Amino acid sequence: MDNLKAIVEGIVFVSESPVGLKKLKGLLEDIEGKEIIKALDDLVEEYDKRNGALCLVEVAGGFQFRTKDNFSPWIRKLTSIKPVAISQAAMETLAVVAYKQPVMKAEIEKVRGVDVSGTLKGLLEKNLVRMIGRKDVPGRPIIYGTTKKFLEVFNLKDLSELPTLRELKELGE
Amino acid sequence: MGYEIKLDIFQGPLDLLLYLIKKNEIDIYNIPIAVITEQYLEYIDVMKSLNLDVAGEYLVMASTLIHIKSKLLLPVHDDTEDEEDPREELTRQLLEYQAFKEAALNLDTMNLLGRDVFKGGYLLGNETDGEHSLEELSIFELIEAFKVMVSRINPEEIMEIDVERMSLSERMNEIMERLNKEKALTFSDLLGELSNRIKMIYTFLAILELMKLRVIKAYQAKPFGTIRIFLAVED
Repeated sequence: MDNLKAIVEGIVFVSESPVGLKKLKGLLEDIEGKEIIKALDDLVEEYDKRNGALCLVEVAGGFQFRTKDNFSPWIRKLTSIKPVAISQAAMETLAVVAYKQPVMKAEIEKVRGVDVSGTLKGLLEKNLVRMIGRKDVPGRPIIYGTTKKFLEVFNLKDLSELPTLRELKELGE
Repeated sequence: MGYEIKLDIFQGPLDLLLYLIKKNEIDIYNIPIAVITEQYLEYIDVMKSLNLDVAGEYLVMASTLIHIKSKLLLPVHDDTEDEEDPREELTRQLLEYQAFKEAALNLDTMNLLGRDVFKGGYLLGNETDGEHSLEELSIFELIEAFKVMVSRINPEEIMEIDVERMSLSERMNEIMERLNKEKALTFSDLLGELSNRIKMIYTFLAILELMKLRVIKAYQAKPFGTIRIFLAVED
């Protein structure tokens, strides 16, 4: 298909959330995955070369058009929206959840040394963290993990893209 | 006493301890407990004197420090050689917290969607356009609105002794009845029509009480905009 690249561009442009390869394959039945990947790669490169405000990025298991970060001052001016803001306390709680998931509230509190009810609730409301289930120990405590939206907001393809946590040197070894 | 205290906002007792360790250029693997404990307690005193609410967690850590200090004072016998250094657990905790504190800072430097980068249609979903996207109000904004309402009353109002005793629960019921009928009311619907200060105060208190009971919710589309009151649960 000659215009495959354009079709992919159109689909990604219109979509609300990142478009995964699986979804594109489903929509473009006769096209091989390889070709779609090629089209996506080409698009990423083209947008990169164009030096415009937009770039095609791979986040949260899909592709999405976004503005480049150096345009944020103007974009924030344009809108009456409040930019996403996460407090240091919430960021710490989120970091513990992201790196230690699945994790219980008590474990987060042990690491941070403070009560995390408030920050955890805020993160749940922002849909950055979710309840995954309950741990099969007495009291059946809830376990938490990060959401797909977390990946989307933090510009991550998947969790393995998280910057590595500084090695914890074990004592007494 | 000539020491200077810089009061950062700490994220908790571990954060405060890390700060003290850094400030004193202390080796985290060999913490001089006596010095750190003393400084830690000084900070807590300062927080108290500033009328900051010292959370229980800070006090728990203070007792942990004192406990470690007392353990270190006990003579060490040869046969207890295997026993671990009482500071070890604390050091482990501090190192772990430090790693996550760093991780949090790293996360914050990433290109956040909605802060550093934006996707198409971002405005559509987030811009506060008119009535649809309402923000939940805090008590303070309500009090502000109440002040405005009261200031509209004729200041030369003649004071009279209120024979008719007002009841808070009666006002609450009236508001609920109106809300059930009309679904949504504005703040001035409820207060604007009243010219009597006492009645206004009762109405305001009733609104606060109903909000506290979570049966109603107040929203506002933009700062200083109209305040709208809804039933919290629609039946």
